[in-house]
Amino acid sequence: MPEKAVNESDQQALFQFLLRLGDNTLVLGHRVSEWCGHAPVLEEDIALANTALDLIGQTQLWLGLAGEVEGKGRDADALAFLRDIWDFRNILMVELPNGDFGQTIMRQFLYDAWSSVMLGRLIKSGNPAIAEIAGKVSKEVAYHIERSADTVVGLGDGTEESHKRMQAALNYLYPYVGEMFLSDDTDAAMVSAGFAPDPASLRDEYDVLVAKVLADATLTLPDGSYTHKGGRTGAMHTEHLGHVLTSMQWLQRAYPGSQW
Amino acid sequence: MYSQMEKTEGGDPKLQADMTDKERAFQDKIDRNIKIEPRDWMPDNYRATLIRQIGQHAHSEVVGQLPEGNWITRAPTLERKAILLAKVQDEAGHGLYLYAAAETLGVTRDQLTEDLLAGRMKYSSIFNYPTLNWADMGAVGWLVDGAAILNQVPLQRTSYGPYARAMVRICKEESFHARQGFHIMMKMAKGSDAQRKMAQDAVNRLWFPVLMMFGPSDKDSVHTAQSLAWRIKIDTNDQLRQKFVDQTVPQIEYLGLDLPDPGIKWNDETGQYDFSDPDWSEFFNVIKGNGPGNVDRMKARRAAWDDGAWVRDGLLAHARKKAAAKQLAAE
Repeated sequence: MPEKAVNESDQQALFQFLLRLGDNTLVLGHRVSEWCGHAPVLEEDIALANTALDLIGQTQLWLGLAGEVEGKGRDADALAFLRDIWDFRNILMVELPNGDFGQTIMRQFLYDAWSSVMLGRLIKSGNPAIAEIAGKVSKEVAYHIERSADTVVGLGDGTEESHKRMQAALNYLYPYVGEMFLSDDTDAAMVSAGFAPDPASLRDEYDVLVAKVLADATLTLPDGSYTHKGGRTGAMHTEHLGHVLTSMQWLQRAYPGSQW
Repeated sequence: MYSQMEKTEGGDPKLQADMTDKERAFQDKIDRNIKIEPRDWMPDNYRATLIRQIGQHAHSEVVGQLPEGNWITRAPTLERKAILLAKVQDEAGHGLYLYAAAETLGVTRDQLTEDLLAGRMKYSSIFNYPTLNWADMGAVGWLVDGAAILNQVPLQRTSYGPYARAMVRICKEESFHARQGFHIMMKMAKGSDAQRKMAQDAVNRLWFPVLMMFGPSDKDSVHTAQSLAWRIKIDTNDQLRQKFVDQTVPQIEYLGLDLPDPGIKWNDETGQYDFSDPDWSEFFNVIKGNGPGNVDRMKARRAAWDDGAWVRDGLLAHARKKAAAKQLAAE
């Protein structure tokens, strides 16, 4: 447990940092699970359900730890099901609607690439609880990135139609990528505690990984450097997140205090 | 399960004397419990019946993702969400093994899918019923998968090797599904008033549709004899239905829920429960496409197939390009 986070502001920063990790996996897992039974081919039904399952498992770990760090008796379920939109700390990209299969798999790839780089650093975290979770989770993420990258390549370099759709997905999603690399006071506190890297420091490795896959996929990064942001700080989510929470939290909200 | 209306091709079993030598040798193998394998000779009707039965079973697994998928995004805890995702993933996996077993009989998965979407093949009637409250996720696991297990456990001994072996794997997972379903029901039945109401509603609504999963009464099921002789079917519909009622009634009582049928009564003489017949006209209507969910289920599956065509084409085109490049490099 976080012995190093002695003072309150450090503890608060650690809590926020863990929410960012757990909310990303929670909201992305929710989105991916929406595919259940509707995928283009049975193997993809299985793979998408499996990815969603891993992401929900990761959520249990990150939000579980967040609840312990907060120390107010909230467990992972309380954090997932009983916070409102302004307390969510996921990046905007994961809350966007699924779109077509191409958009879903492109988002998965852009997220997996970040996640694989991030977890590679968190394995060496000075916080043993974070390092332990990162170690556990990185095996799953290694498989996710392999699969999403292969699928992006297969569809980017497939037919004219699939290429067109994958390029459109990339153009739509790329302005949301930058948010993963923005730093703020929370990140600075994590860096100085030796718990996590500065997000900006992941960018080069990420860009190399993404460029390689997109080249194989015959896809081109869109022009422009504009970045949509506001999710991981909670400053401003998209309209979509409220609808995600409406369905996700409905039973817990309608029948409070029940055991399920 | 999920193969409740399969018609056996070719009518009644032949008498020994009317069989050709090949047919006699084939029947002899079955009678001696030797598995029929893909490369063995088999009567055309045996092949056709199996394709229909295994295909219908596979389609049921695939369509069966939908009523449970309906609650994944609304599961009340992270653990329940994870369990439900794992379960639905298993169902899709069952579909995959079963299509693979059917393919050993000389059809392709795409052909079977086209047959389903064109309405030429069926899936289990149960998946045309809606899942309306969270307790349905318990009831589907406990009752629907419970009913399926009763049908599938004997199919592990069915005469066609690939089907029997697929069943072994599937049965293991279905038992886990039934247990997790019952666990949800226990939580609900022992929970708040609102939760008990959900549990009772689910049992009341699903009881008769689940009884229908075993197919029509033996007296109306004309093709049972040939399927029994071929060991494609092991027990009759009524035997399985009775077994299901006998095992399930005590469980309903254990949960403290009301019995969903006033006709359920212990019969000392037979040592079994008496129960009311389902409304068979409803069953035949659902089979004909008039169930509460038929149109939407097929619409969802057709959309998945049609909207996914570009994905399948794209991945195939890429695989061909890669293979061609590899060949070029080898030359």
